Amino acid sequence: MKISATALTAALLGTVVTVLLVIPMMLQWERPPMVSEQLGYRGLGMEQVTNPRIAKTLEALNQAPVPDDPVDNDGVLVKNDPENYKNVQVLGDLDTAQFNRLMNSITTWVAPQEGDNAGCAYCHNVENMASDEVYTKVVARRMIQMTRTINTKYASHVQQTGVTCYTCHRGQPVPANVWSINPGPKQAGGMAASRNGQNLGGQSVPAYSSLPYDPFTTLFAPDAKIRVIASTALPGGTGGTIQATEKTYALMMHMSDGLGVNCTFCHNSRIFSNWEESRPQRVTAWHGIKMVSDVNTTYMDPLAPVFPANRKGPMGDVLKTNCATCHNGINKPLYGFSMAKEYPELSVPNP
Amino acid sequence: MAMLSFEKKYRVRGGTLIGGDLFDFWVGPFYVGFFGVLTAFFSLLGTALIVYGAAIGPTWNLWQINIAPPDLSYGLALAPLKQGGLWQIITICATGAFVSWALREVEICRKLGIGLHVPIAFSFAILAFVTLEIIRPVLLGAWGHAFPYGIISHLDWVSNVGYQYLHFHYNPAHMIAITLFFTCTLALAMHGGLVLSATNPPKGEVVKTAEHENSFFRDHIGYSIGTLGIHRLGLFLALGAVFFSAVCIVISGPFWTRGWPEWWNWWLDLPIWS
Repeated sequence: MKISATALTAALLGTVVTVLLVIPMMLQWERPPMVSEQLGYRGLGMEQVTNPRIAKTLEALNQAPVPDDPVDNDGVLVKNDPENYKNVQVLGDLDTAQFNRLMNSITTWVAPQEGDNAGCAYCHNVENMASDEVYTKVVARRMIQMTRTINTKYASHVQQTGVTCYTCHRGQPVPANVWSINPGPKQAGGMAASRNGQNLGGQSVPAYSSLPYDPFTTLFAPDAKIRVIASTALPGGTGGTIQATEKTYALMMHMSDGLGVNCTFCHNSRIFSNWEESRPQRVTAWHGIKMVSDVNTTYMDPLAPVFPANRKGPMGDVLKTNCATCHNGINKPLYGFSMAKEYPELSVPNP
Repeated sequence: MAMLSFEKKYRVRGGTLIGGDLFDFWVGPFYVGFFGVLTAFFSLLGTALIVYGAAIGPTWNLWQINIAPPDLSYGLALAPLKQGGLWQIITICATGAFVSWALREVEICRKLGIGLHVPIAFSFAILAFVTLEIIRPVLLGAWGHAFPYGIISHLDWVSNVGYQYLHFHYNPAHMIAITLFFTCTLALAMHGGLVLSATNPPKGEVVKTAEHENSFFRDHIGYSIGTLGIHRLGLFLALGAVFFSAVCIVISGPFWTRGWPEWWNWWLDLPIWS
């Protein structure tokens, strides 16, 4: 049989392209041994299989810093020393020594970098520490109130572990995992105009799926209807549309990805909606959704006039929290280490 | 049971793999052989153990009877009968019965002097079962990763294991398996339709043969795979589907622990556009 040059070239080209594609495809596989944990009755398939080698990398990224050494009280409350402490609106009930320790810790948690606009100067005019002229100081004040709200009002979610600035910030002025209203990329017009907020790949989509890329705007709204599963055998109006269902799925994928767990960490997928067959973690997560919603609407959104444009999303809304903001891929942020215990002033009600 | 007049011609001695002439006989229409005895032993014991498991379990509801593997904490060790040990013995019985059945097919093929296509095809089904119940649990280090024996319970397992990887439809081998399964039914439907159409002409016309069948597809899509070829294709599609089913589950866990959508990042990360 005579093989034409064209056919030979095509075959060669095909082989080269295939090899080039197969190499990156094959490089990413994992290998046994894995570590697994049983989450339900035996044989039910409710389990968590983790790769200890990936877990090790995550572990290194999620170590809590050593808290600043405790200090003895000066015996003077901040609010009683107006000569040295002016315009302290939230932390006035602190002993001055505790106040300074906290300020120092916040600096290392949020803006430890060196430079003109870092360290104390990230929030303060160092010539006049009392001034509110640097916007970050106004934000920081609100964030301290937020932290206290989380630690006092949401024990249902943060339990006795609580949170500090570090839980989200991890040494960065802007936490790594935040979100804003996502309009998606610029679209073609006409019949190609609507992608219905989905069908993209990549980092910006929950768990890299092609599900809706912004489930947060609608589903973290205070009155959001997340549950879409019909409560009757035949569809009868109580369930959600396909679009709503995919949005819920996207939010759930975000939660999984943000916590480094799979769906069976909370649900028995036999019937997602049933609380009795779900794990208790689902209750914690439910309170977490309420908490995120509250934190975003009460603390983040109202800061819109304070934040400069470069600290906002493309639609001009502020950067907001979701599950990954605190969790950073771990089901208990910082593996459950309670930094808040070392800073009891962050776990009292706001004045 | 009455034997057809020509059947006796094919009841020849020999071809056994084991046991020589000892079990080389028929019971009614069934060839027995050593592996027939073994199949009967394993399947009867296994079924009896399932019934025993149901008897000590909470229900006789056929849908809900559940013989579950041991807790993960037992690892690859033996478990007490009521805590998964039954499942372990039943798994041995099932695997033994399936393999014996395949070897009995081999013996029949040897008697008849035909190819081993049928036992080889059946081996793929056994491979899928063994992958799910033995290979993957061994790779993950515990029998508890296997599916339970129960109509509803094994479906719950399928659902939950799928959701362990967030969205199982992104599993590349699962995609290939589904494609092959669907193509297999398409090929079978077209083949069945074609043969029936040739053998069921309008009233008054003669029954058509392979040339008409070939002509239909040549006219239709420019090519006919042919009477033998369609069966090669069917076997390929069916075995490929089962093979990739086994692959899709054995890679879930032992070779990939994250959500399946994330696996596709190799495409997004290609140096061409990333």
